[in-house]
Amino acid sequence: MLRDITIGQYYPSNSAIHKLDPRVKLFWTLIYIISLFLGQHILIYAIAGLFLFACIRMSKVPVKFILRGLKAVFMLLLFSVIFNIFLTDGEVIFQVWKIKITKEGIYIATAMAVRLVFLIMGSSLMTLTTTPNDLTDGLEKSLGFLKVIRIPVHEISMMMSIALRFIPILIDETDKIMKAQQARGADFETGGIVKKAKAMVPLLVPLFISAIRRAYDLATAMEAKCYRGGEGRTKMKPLKYRKADAVAYAVIFAYLGVMIAVKICFV
Amino acid sequence: MNIVQAKDLTFEYIIRDDEDNIENVKTAVDHVSLDIEQGQFIAILGHNGSGKSTFAKHINALLSPTEGSIWVDGMDTKDADKLWDIRQTAGMVFQNPDNQIIGTIVEEDVGFGPENLGVPTQEIWERVDASLEAVGMTEYRRHSPNKLSGGQKQRVAIAGILAMKPKCIVLDEPTAMLDPNGRKEVIATITKLNREEHVTVILITHYMDEVIGADKVFVMDEGKVVMSGTPREVFSKVEQLKALRLDVPHTTELAFELEKAGIPMKRGILTIPEFTQELMRIRGNK
Amino acid sequence: MLIILDKVNYVYSEGSGFEKKALDDVSLTIDKGEFIGLIGHTGSGKSTLTQHLNGLLRATSGSIYYDGQDIYDKGFVMKNLRSKVGLVFQYPEHQLFESDVFTDVCFGPKNLGLDKKEVELRAFQALEMVGFPKELFYNSPFELSGGQKRRAAIAGVLAMKPEVLILDEPTAGLDPKGRDEILDQIKKLHDETNITVILVSHSMEDVAKYVGRLIVLDHGKVMYDDTPKKVFRNYKELEGMGLAAPQLTYILNDLKEKGLDVYTDAITMEEAAVTVKKALGGY
Repeated sequence: MLRDITIGQYYPSNSAIHKLDPRVKLFWTLIYIISLFLGQHILIYAIAGLFLFACIRMSKVPVKFILRGLKAVFMLLLFSVIFNIFLTDGEVIFQVWKIKITKEGIYIATAMAVRLVFLIMGSSLMTLTTTPNDLTDGLEKSLGFLKVIRIPVHEISMMMSIALRFIPILIDETDKIMKAQQARGADFETGGIVKKAKAMVPLLVPLFISAIRRAYDLATAMEAKCYRGGEGRTKMKPLKYRKADAVAYAVIFAYLGVMIAVKICFV
Repeated sequence: MNIVQAKDLTFEYIIRDDEDNIENVKTAVDHVSLDIEQGQFIAILGHNGSGKSTFAKHINALLSPTEGSIWVDGMDTKDADKLWDIRQTAGMVFQNPDNQIIGTIVEEDVGFGPENLGVPTQEIWERVDASLEAVGMTEYRRHSPNKLSGGQKQRVAIAGILAMKPKCIVLDEPTAMLDPNGRKEVIATITKLNREEHVTVILITHYMDEVIGADKVFVMDEGKVVMSGTPREVFSKVEQLKALRLDVPHTTELAFELEKAGIPMKRGILTIPEFTQELMRIRGNK
Repeated sequence: MLIILDKVNYVYSEGSGFEKKALDDVSLTIDKGEFIGLIGHTGSGKSTLTQHLNGLLRATSGSIYYDGQDIYDKGFVMKNLRSKVGLVFQYPEHQLFESDVFTDVCFGPKNLGLDKKEVELRAFQALEMVGFPKELFYNSPFELSGGQKRRAAIAGVLAMKPEVLILDEPTAGLDPKGRDEILDQIKKLHDETNITVILVSHSMEDVAKYVGRLIVLDHGKVMYDDTPKKVFRNYKELEGMGLAAPQLTYILNDLKEKGLDVYTDAITMEEAAVTVKKALGGY
C-alpha cells in the first residue's frame, strides 16, 4: 500500500517543454500563477486556459496525468466552492429556509474553482516535465541571489536531492518493519485513534533509528568523497541556456503582456 | 615509496556515561605498524569488532590516531592541510551500498566525487565514462540506483571512487550485505582494477574465499595485527585462525584434516585444482 | 501434515504493466518437526514464499492449508496463524524498538493478550532458548553485537510459542564464528523442542549440514526438494541458477573425475576426510 505513493512524479518524454531549462519552467510557473490573479474577467481565464492547453499539448504529457494532480486537492476545491456559493451576499436566485444561493456566490465560486484548477494543472505540468534533479538544480541557481543574505541555497538544494533519493528507500523500509512487527502480532489497522497512535511506536522507533544510521553513513561517505559544501565545486551537468530557452522567455513575457493589456482594457 | 605506512597506530574510543564522566576507554586499534606497497592487493581479515574497520577509517583520515601515525602516499593524516589530498589519494567504499550513493541517477553519483574536487565539466564526463566502463556499469548509467542489485550498487560506488583517480581504494566489508553472486561481481571488479589499472586495493573482510588472490593478508584481533603473510602462509595455520573466530576455505581445511589423519599433504592449499594435484601426487608416490 | 501449499501463485503489482510472477505453481507439504533449508538467490521468490506461510501476503491463486484448515477461509483468523508460524526477518534492526531487550521480547506475547505473568515467563524462556546472556537482559537492544541482536530478535518471535519458526537469512553480516554459533543454537532449539524450522538462505554451504531437507527455488518455481545430499548431486544445474553447491561437493567430484573412488555425497568435513582417506587406501 505504501508503494502506491509517488513523489517527484516525472513523465518521461522528449518534448520541447521537457528540454527547456528548469529555470525557465520555474519562471513560467511563477508568472502563470501571478497571471491567474490579475482579475476575474472571463477573457483572463479564457486566455490562461488556452495558454495552458497549448503548453500541455506541446509537452506530450497525457491530460489524464495532469488531471491526476487534482485528485489530491479535490476536497479543498469542493470546500471552497461550497463555501463561496452559500456564504456570499448578493442577488438571491434560490432560497430554502436560511440557505440561499446568490448570483455573486455562483460567480465567485466558479472563478475560484477555475483559478485553482489552472493553478494545480500549471504546477503539475512543471513537475511532470522536469526531473527532480533538474528541479533542485534550477532552484539552486534561480535562488542563488539569496546567498547574499546568508541563506544556504546550495545546502538546501543538496538536502532536497538527498531526500528525493532516500524517500523510496525509507518507504520500502517502512513496509519491511511493518511486516516484521505484524509477524509479532502487531496490529496497525484496528482500534481508535489512541490505539492506532500507540501501535505506531514499534514502527517509528526502528524507522527513526535506521534513518539516523543512514544519515550518519551517508555523511561519512560524502566526507570520504571530499564533499565540503558548495565552495569550489564544479558541476557535471551545469545549467546552460539555449536558444529555445530564450524563445520560451519571450513567449512568457508576451503572455504576461497580453494578460496585463486585457486587465487594463476590460477589467 | 609505500602507499600506506602505519607506525604504532593506536585509536581509543572514550565511552562516557550520562553525566559525561569517562566510563571506559576502549582501545580499538592497538599499536599497529604495517607497510603497504603501491599496486598491491592487500586483505585485512578479522572477526566483527577486531578493529579492522577502525583501522581502515584512518587510511582515509576519517579518524585521527590517538597515538602513533599513519602516512598515506607520504602525507601524515594528522596534517589538516593535506586532508582533502589524502581522501582523494585513498578512496573508500563502505559496507551498505544504499548509504553511500548520493545521486538519483547512476552517472550523477559517479560524478559526485570529481564535482567536489572542482574538476572541469568536460573532464568530469570523461572520468565518469571511463569509471563506469572499468566496473562494467556503462549500460546502467541512466538508471536509478534504487533499481539495481546489491552487487551493481557496490560497483557504482567503486566507480564513484575511481572517478576521483585515487592511488589506493580501501573497501570496508563491501560484500557483507551481498548475496553470493553480488560478492563474486565485486571481487572480480576490484581484482581487475588492481591488475589492469594498478590501483592499490585494501580489502577489509571476514570472508576467507575473497582473500585467496591477495598479495598479502593481515589478520587483526583485539586491535592488533596478529598474523601476516601471503594467503598461503596465513591459511596454513588453520587452528590459529579458528581460534580467532575466523574460517579457512573448505579446500584448505580438508587438506588440513587429511594431514592430521597422516596423509602427507603440503600446507596452505588454496584451490581445488591444487588440492587434486597434491592428492594425485601422493597417490602416485605410494 | 502441518502445512500444505497447493498450486500457489503470486503476482506482484498485478495489472500495472510491471507484473512479475514471484511464485509459480508452488506445491509443497511440510511436516511437523522438520528442519528445512529454503535456498534461492535474491529475487528467486523465497521471501515471498515465507510471507505466504504466515499470511502476510495473500496468494493470487491456489490454496494454503495449516493444520488441515484453509487459511483463506472466511472464518479463519489470520492473527492466530501469525502466532503459530513465527517469522524472523533478516535484519533484527527492523523489529527491535523497546528500551531494553526483555521488554522487547515481551512485545509478541503481549499482543496475544496474555496476562503479565505469562508474558514475562514466556519472554524469559525464549531468551533462555536462544542462549541470550542473562547479564544483557536489561541492556538496550541497540547496543548489542550483531550476534546478540539476532538472538534477541529470534527470542522476540519464539516468545509467541510458534509451532513453525521461519528464519530469513539469520546469519547475514555475522562473522564465521558468529554464523556457526547462531546456526548451532537453532539446531539445538530444533532438537530440544521439536519445533518445525525453516532456514531461508542463499548459501547452501551454511545450511547443508544442519537441515534434513532442502527446497531450492528459482524464478518462483520449486526446482529441487530433497535431502541435501541428493540436491547437491545436481551441482552443475545449481550453478546455472546462480547458486553454488558446497565447496566439498566440487572437490569430491573433481577427485572422482580424476579416478579416485570417493563418496561424492559427503557433506561434513569429517565425512569427506574419511572417504578421501579410504579411497587413497593405506594411510
